[in-house]
Amino acid sequence: MLQTAFFPLSYSDPFAEMRRMQSAMNRLLDGARQPGLAAIYPAVNFWAGEDSIVMTAELPGLTVQDIELTVKDMMLSIRVTYPEPETGDDITWHRHERADGSLLRSLELPFRVDPEHIDARFQNGILTVEMQRPEDDKPKHIQIK
Amino acid sequence: MAQELMASDERGVAPTEGRGDAMRRAFTPAVDIFERGGTTVIMADMPGVAPDDLDVTLERRVLTLRGTVKPHAPKGYRRLSSEYREGDYVRVFSLSEDIDQKQINAEFTNGVLRLELPHAAAAKPRKISVKAA
Repeated sequence: MLQTAFFPLSYSDPFAEMRRMQSAMNRLLDGARQPGLAAIYPAVNFWAGEDSIVMTAELPGLTVQDIELTVKDMMLSIRVTYPEPETGDDITWHRHERADGSLLRSLELPFRVDPEHIDARFQNGILTVEMQRPEDDKPKHIQIK
Repeated sequence: MAQELMASDERGVAPTEGRGDAMRRAFTPAVDIFERGGTTVIMADMPGVAPDDLDVTLERRVLTLRGTVKPHAPKGYRRLSSEYREGDYVRVFSLSEDIDQKQINAEFTNGVLRLELPHAAAAKPRKISVKAA
């Protein structure tokens, strides 16, 4: 039989239409998600070195004053506060996709870091935090006799 | 009002043009667009783009925002985990008003492009007085 789009229920599979509706629904809801915004935010990347670790995060639109970094043992916390979007009676909004508000994210590090040797930089909307493993926490090589 | 052109086939990822560069991804930057006092303001998030690697063109009423990202992997480090990917940014809008090209103001701070596009005088509403015959 020739299948045409006009008879969607003529399928032998009674669930085909249901699945189609479901995927259409998913597409619809998917579209509601703002582009650029990850489910977890701020999204971070980790880089591993010999005895150090680097974390990078995309935080466009912030200044150094809007970012608060705290570290304790193996936990790194980032608190960011986005600047208020522009307001006024004379403003007509067409699109609002960029992040606002404030958020806090705590991340567990693979090892304890030395709070005295943390290098944090912020350039072009990218936060880079380089952390060192404390001397007493580094794995020791044991000489075998 | 700015209407978006170019439908992205993957969410947040715009199709890349250009040959031989197929592995490079282009992302759709998140934007804020509002209008105030006859000026359209567009703000686009483009983290990781250096101010010199930004390319904004307005041809007739088609506005193209393009940002090129130089890979900035920390030296001597290997990738451990990734929640976001780096890539270029492309977004194209079709504007519904004529823009006064000489008055365009563009700023790029902390990874955010801010474009101020004042509408051309002809695009602003003009009152026409009707004379009685």
